[in-house]
Amino acid sequence: MLATLGKRLVTVIPTLVGVVIVTFLLTRVLPGDPAVYFAGPAATPQSIAEVRKSLGLDRPLPEQFVRYVNDLAHGNLGNSLSTGQPVVQELKSRLPASAELTLSGLLLSLLIAVPLGILAAVRQGSWIDHLCRIVATAGVSLPVFFTGLLLVYIFYFVLGWAPSPIGRLDAFATAPASLTGFYLIDSLLARDFETFRAALAQLILPAVTLAVFSLAPIARITRASMLAVLASDFVRTARASGLSTRTVIITYAFRNAMLPVITTLGMVFSFLLGANVLVEKVFAWPGIGSYAVEALIASDFAPVQGFVLAMAILYVALNLAIDVLYGLIDPRVRLEG
Amino acid sequence: MSDTVLHNPAARRGSAAGALLRHARYVVSENPVTGLAFALFLLIALCALIGPYVVPYDPLASDTAAALKPPSLAHWFGTDQLGRDIFSRVIVATRLDFVIALSSVALVFAMGGLAGVAAGYFGGWTDRIVGRISDTIMAFPLFVLAMGIVAALGNTVTNIVIATAIINFPLYVRVARAEANVRREAGFVQAARLSGNGEFRILLTQILPNIMPIMMVQISLTMGYAILNAAGLSFIGLGVRPPTPEWGIMVAEGAGNIISGEWWIALFPGAALMLAVFCFNLLGDGLRDLVDPQRRT
Repeated sequence: MLATLGKRLVTVIPTLVGVVIVTFLLTRVLPGDPAVYFAGPAATPQSIAEVRKSLGLDRPLPEQFVRYVNDLAHGNLGNSLSTGQPVVQELKSRLPASAELTLSGLLLSLLIAVPLGILAAVRQGSWIDHLCRIVATAGVSLPVFFTGLLLVYIFYFVLGWAPSPIGRLDAFATAPASLTGFYLIDSLLARDFETFRAALAQLILPAVTLAVFSLAPIARITRASMLAVLASDFVRTARASGLSTRTVIITYAFRNAMLPVITTLGMVFSFLLGANVLVEKVFAWPGIGSYAVEALIASDFAPVQGFVLAMAILYVALNLAIDVLYGLIDPRVRLEG
Repeated sequence: MSDTVLHNPAARRGSAAGALLRHARYVVSENPVTGLAFALFLLIALCALIGPYVVPYDPLASDTAAALKPPSLAHWFGTDQLGRDIFSRVIVATRLDFVIALSSVALVFAMGGLAGVAAGYFGGWTDRIVGRISDTIMAFPLFVLAMGIVAALGNTVTNIVIATAIINFPLYVRVARAEANVRREAGFVQAARLSGNGEFRILLTQILPNIMPIMMVQISLTMGYAILNAAGLSFIGLGVRPPTPEWGIMVAEGAGNIISGEWWIALFPGAALMLAVFCFNLLGDGLRDLVDPQRRT
C-alpha cells in the first residue's frame, strides 16, 4: 500500500508543475500589464514603474519564473492591496470556513443522492426512478446562486425559520475557541451547545444550496452503476443462492456500485469548489471564495492569484485522496506508476 | 404509386420532407420531453432574435416613480430599484446570454474539436501534448480557473467567452479524441488513404464529418453549462457591466432585495436562466438518445 501511495504521489508532480506554470502565465505573459494590476486602480505611471521594479517584472521571464517558484516555496503569495495583509495568512484564516461549508454540502448531498440513486435502480421505472431523473436534470440546471437566493427568500423572509444570511454566526454569538476552525466541531468540543445551534442554523441554507447543486451527478452515477451491478453475474448467483434481497443489495451490489461513485467525486469536487464561490457571495460567508471575489472587484490581483493556486492545489490533493480511498475500497486496483 | 413518387422530383421532395416530419414526430412521441425542450429552444431563439424590437419598455430607461413595484399588468415582472421594467430586461438579456454561450461553444468546438481529432488520429506527440494541456486545465476547479482567466485577461465580455471556452476544452478533446481514435483504421479511411489522400485531407474530409453527430450532442450538452458559467461570472461582477441587461448580473442586482421581500427582481432573470439551461440539457439528452442510444443512463 505504501509503495503504491508513493507511486501515486509521484504522478502528482507534473500536475503541480502544470498548475504553477499556469498561475504564473496568468499573471505574467497574458496581455495586460501585471504591474498595473498590482499597483491598483489609483496608480500613477511612477508608482507603476516602481511596482514593476519591486516585483522584478523588468527582468527576463525565466528569471521571473524562478523568483516566483522561490517565493512559492517560501509560502509567499504577496500582499493584498486593499488590506495590506499577506495573502497566505488571509487564505489560511479563511480556509476553515470554506472547508466546513463545502464538506457539509458534500456530506448532505451524499446522504440524499446515494440512497436515492440506489432506490431508483432497485425499483427501476417506479415513481422514485422518475423522481431521481427529475432531480438529476433539475439539479444541474439550477444556477447555484439562484437556488441560494430562493432558499433565503422562502426560509428567511416568508417562513422566518432561518437566520439572516450574514455569515457563519449571527451578531449575538461569539465564535468558539479555534481548534479545528470548524465552528460545528469546535463548539461541540467546548460543549457550547448554544453556539453549536447558532452555527448550525447559519450553515444549513448554504450547505443545502451546495447539496442541491451536487446531488445530480452523484444520484445519476449511483443509479447507473447500481443498475450495471444488479445485472451482473455475481448478483444473480447471490440471488440464486437464496440470500435475502437486503443482503444482496447492501453487501454485494452496493459495495461494488460505490466504486464509480467515488471516481465521480473528483468531478463533483470541481463543481463544488467553483459553486462554493457563488454560495459564499450569496450568504456573505467569510471564506476564501468571497475573499477572492472582493479582491476581483477591487482589481487586487495578488489574492486572486493566490486563491486560484490554493484551490488548484486543494483540488489536486482531493483527487489524490480519492484515488487512495479507491485503492482502499477496491483491493483489485493496482495503481499505475 | 411508388413509381410516380420515384419519377416525379416534386413528389420525391415531398416524401423526403414527409419522412423527416415522420421521424421528428417519432422522436417527439418517443420522448415528449425532447419535443417540449425543442419548443422552448425555439422560444429562446425567437427572444434572442426579435426580443429587443418587441419589448414594451426600454430596458435601460429608469423611472424612479415606479421603482420596486411588484408584478402588475403594466409591468408583468415588476420593476427594479431604478424603476426599469424587468420583463423587458429579461427578454432583451436573452440575446447577450445566448451569444456568449454560442460563441464560447463555437470557439471550444473549433479548438477542442480539432485538437482532439488530431490527437486521436495522429497519436504520438500530438496526443501527448494535447493530453497534457487538457490535464493541466482539469487540475483546476473549472469555475475558479475561469475566474482567474477573466481576472488576468481583463474584465470584458470577450474574455468571459474565452474563459468559458478554455474550461470546456478538455471535454471536447476527450470526446473528439476517442471518436477519431476508433475511426483511425476504419475501412473508409484506408480507402481514402489508398486513393492518395494526404493525412490532413483525410482528417478534414473523412474523420471530421463522421464524428459531427457526436460533437453536436456535445455542443448542446455544454451550451447549458456555458450559459451557467457565464452567468455565474457576471453574478460575481465579472464581464458584463451594469446597466447592461444580462441574467446573471440582474440576479446579482436583485440579491440584496431578497431579504426585504422584493423577490421579483432576482426571481425572473434567475428563472429565465434556469429555463434556458434546463432546455439545453434536455435537448442534449434527447439528441444523445437519438445519435447514440447506448450512452443513455
